[in-house]
Amino acid sequence: MTTTELHGFLHGLPGVDQVGAEERAARLASRSIKMSAKAEAIDLAISMVDLTTLEGADTAGKVRALCAKAVHPDPSDPSVPKVAAVCVYPDMVDVAVGALRGTGVGVASVATAFPSGRAPLEAKLADTRAAVAAGASEIDMVIDRGAFLSGDYGTVFEQIVAVKDACGDAHLKVILETGELATLDNVRRASWLAMRAGADFIKTSTGKISPAATLPVTLVMLEAVRDYRAATGRQVGVKPAGGIRTTKDAIKYLVLVNETAGPDWLTPDWFRLGASSVLNDLLMQRRKLSTGVYSGPDYFTLD
Amino acid sequence: MTVFEYAPAPESRSVVDIRGSYGLFIDGEFTDGHGEPFKTINPADESVLADIACADEADVDRAVKAARAAYERVWGAMPGAERGKYLYRIARIIQERSRELAVLESIDNGKPIRESRDVDVPLVAAWFFYYAGWADKLGHAGFGPDPRPVGVAGQVIPWNFPLLMLAWKIAPALACGNTVVLKPAETTPLTALLFADICRQADLPPGVVNIITGAGDTGRALVAHPGIDKVAFTGSTDVGRQIARTLAGTSKKLTLELGGKAANIVYADAALDQAVEGIVNGIFFNQGHVCCAGSRLLVQESVAEEVLERLKARMATLRVGDPLDKNTDIGAINSAAQLDKIRELSAAGEAEGADRWSPPCRLPDRGFWFAPTLFTGVAQSHRIAREEIFGPVLSVLTFRTPEEAVTKANNTPYGLSAGIWTEKGSQILWTAQHLRAGVVWANTFNKFDPASPFGGYKESGYGREGGRHGLEAYLNV
Repeated sequence: MTTTELHGFLHGLPGVDQVGAEERAARLASRSIKMSAKAEAIDLAISMVDLTTLEGADTAGKVRALCAKAVHPDPSDPSVPKVAAVCVYPDMVDVAVGALRGTGVGVASVATAFPSGRAPLEAKLADTRAAVAAGASEIDMVIDRGAFLSGDYGTVFEQIVAVKDACGDAHLKVILETGELATLDNVRRASWLAMRAGADFIKTSTGKISPAATLPVTLVMLEAVRDYRAATGRQVGVKPAGGIRTTKDAIKYLVLVNETAGPDWLTPDWFRLGASSVLNDLLMQRRKLSTGVYSGPDYFTLD
Repeated sequence: MTVFEYAPAPESRSVVDIRGSYGLFIDGEFTDGHGEPFKTINPADESVLADIACADEADVDRAVKAARAAYERVWGAMPGAERGKYLYRIARIIQERSRELAVLESIDNGKPIRESRDVDVPLVAAWFFYYAGWADKLGHAGFGPDPRPVGVAGQVIPWNFPLLMLAWKIAPALACGNTVVLKPAETTPLTALLFADICRQADLPPGVVNIITGAGDTGRALVAHPGIDKVAFTGSTDVGRQIARTLAGTSKKLTLELGGKAANIVYADAALDQAVEGIVNGIFFNQGHVCCAGSRLLVQESVAEEVLERLKARMATLRVGDPLDKNTDIGAINSAAQLDKIRELSAAGEAEGADRWSPPCRLPDRGFWFAPTLFTGVAQSHRIAREEIFGPVLSVLTFRTPEEAVTKANNTPYGLSAGIWTEKGSQILWTAQHLRAGVVWANTFNKFDPASPFGGYKESGYGREGGRHGLEAYLNV
C-alpha cells in the first residue's frame, strides 16, 4: 500500500482520548483477583511468558540456563507449567533450539537490527533469515519508528511485508516501541499498520526504552486486535514486554485482556508477556497460594 | 484452555458495627423519636439492618431549637479560622474511617463497594477539606468584606448518594457559620448517623449538626418550621415543587437540586472506545441512581451502528451482583418502590415501541435488582425519553447535525447536565454554548469536584452547590 493510502486509512481511525484510556486501564487494574481465580491466573501467566535475555553479555551458558528454567520453572514442583518461549538474539538461536528440542517451548528471536532498527533493509532481512535458518519459530521485529514518526507509513508497511516474507513459517511479532511513538493515537495507528502488513502478533516494546509496556498502551492494542478481527476475521496476538515485574502486574494484564479483547485471547497462542524477572515472582506467589507461607527468594533459581 | 472467572472478593463487613436501633441526633446526643420507628433494610438481600427512630413535629422543633441555640451561642460568632479547624478535623476523621463509611454505605444503599470506596467517600472528605479552607476566607469570596451566615439551615437529602449529599449540604453550611438540621432519606439513614458519631469524635459543639430521621412527614415538618432560615433540598422535582410552594411568601432562602434527563451527545468524530466508556459511566454509575445521569444517548447517525455494537459488547462485561464484592460494577436498586418505578417505565418503553435489550446476566434471587438495559428506536415523544427513570436504563436516540443534537438535547423540561463527545475542540465549545444545562462534561461524564459548582436549569432546580458559588446559598447576601 502507498503512503497516501495508508495515511488516509490510519488517520481515519477513531481517535484515542488519553485521559479516558488511562482511566479505563486504571479501573481494570483495580479488579480484585483472589483465591481460585488467582491460582488460575498465575498458571496462565507462567504459560504466557516469553522468557527473555537480550544482553550484549549473553553467552551460550546463560542461554542454556534460561532454557532449563523455561522448561521447569520450579524444579521442586512439576505441576508448574512451562513458559511459552525463550527469546534471544539471532546468534543465540541455535543454542536455544538445541536446549529446547522436544520440550514444546518455542524459540523466539529478535531480529531486524534490534532494538533500534536503524540498518539497511537488506541487513534486517539477512538478520531475520539467519534467525529462521537457525530454527527460530518466532521472530520479534522492530518497526522503523523514524519512518513512522515522519509519516512515511509506506516504508514501515513494506518493511514489515518483506520481513514477514523472510520469516517463512515462523510467526512474526511486530514491535511498535510505543515508548518512542509517544501518543496513544500513534499506538492505534501503528497497530493497524502492522496488522494490515501481516503481523501475527503486535508487541509493545523492546524493553530497551522507557516507558516500556504500560496498561493504557496495551489496552489500546487490545482494542485494535479486537476491532481488526471484527473487520477482517483474522485474529492477531498481543505481547506487552518490559516493565512487567510482579504477579500483580501480570494479573492486571490478564484482566485487561479478559475484559477488552475477550477470553479468546487468554491463551499463549494469542497473548504473551515479554519478561524475565516476573517469572520468579509468579512462582513465589504460586507456592504461597498452595502452602500458605512465603518462601524466601533463595528458594527460586536465578539464572 | 479455561477462561478465568473472578472468584468472589467480598469486602469484609467486620469494620462496621450496626446497632439494633438508632435514635435522633439532637444537640449532640442520640435521643428517642416520637414518631413510629421504621426499619432500614439491605437492598441486596432485603435483610433488616436496624430500627430507625422517626422524628415527629415536636422532635423537629427540638432539633431546630438546638440548632438555633448553637448558632446564637457558639457557632455563628466563632471566628472562621476556628470553624475551619473543626471542618478539617471532620475531613480527617472521614479519611481515617473511610473503609467503615464505604462498607456501611454499600450495605444500606446497595451501591458497589468500588464506587463507595473510590468515589463517594473520597469526595466526601474532599468536600469537607475544600469548605474548611473557605471558612476563614469568606471575605474574599466576592460577597463583600464580611459576609454573615444565614442562621439555621434545614436540609433534606436523597438516598442515591447518602453521605456525599450530606457533605454537599453540611460542609458549606458550617463553613459559612450556619448550624444545620439534616434529614437523610428514610431508606439510607445509616451513614448520616455514623456521621453524627464523627461529629462527636471531632468535639463539634452540640447542636451545630442535628440529624433527624423519618420519611416525608418529617421532611415537611422540617422545611415548614418557622425557625428555619434556609432550606436546601436535593431530590425529585415533585417534592421540590411542594417545598417551593410551602416556602413561598416566607423569608426563607431556598436552593433545589432536582431531577434530570441528561443528553450524552456522541459526535461521529469522537474517540469511540472512550465515548463508550463514558456512556457506560454516564448511565450505569450508581445503578443509574444519579440525577445528572446521561440517560439519553444522542448519537450521530453515521456512527450509531458502530457505537451500539461497541456499547453492547461493553455492557456484556458489566458485573452485576453483591455490592460488597470488589469486582461488582452494578449493585442493587435501592428500594422496592424504585425498582417498581424502573420496571413500570421500562414496560412503557416497550409498549410505546422502543426495542429493549439487556446483556445476558444472572440476577440474585433476593433483593432488588435490575439488569443494565438499553432502548433503541426511541423517539423524543416516548416516556422513556422524557421522564427520569433513575435506574440503569439508557434511551438511545440519533441525530444528523449538530443543530439537531442541541435541539433534541434541550427539548426536555430538565436541564441539569449534558455530555459532549468529540475530538474537535471548537465543536465542544459550540455545543456547550448552546446547551441549556447546568453542568456540561466534554469527553468525560459524572466527574465531580468540590471546587466546581453544580446545579440545574429549568425544572432541575435553582441555586448552585460546590465551589465559591456554593457559599452564596449559606451567606446572608
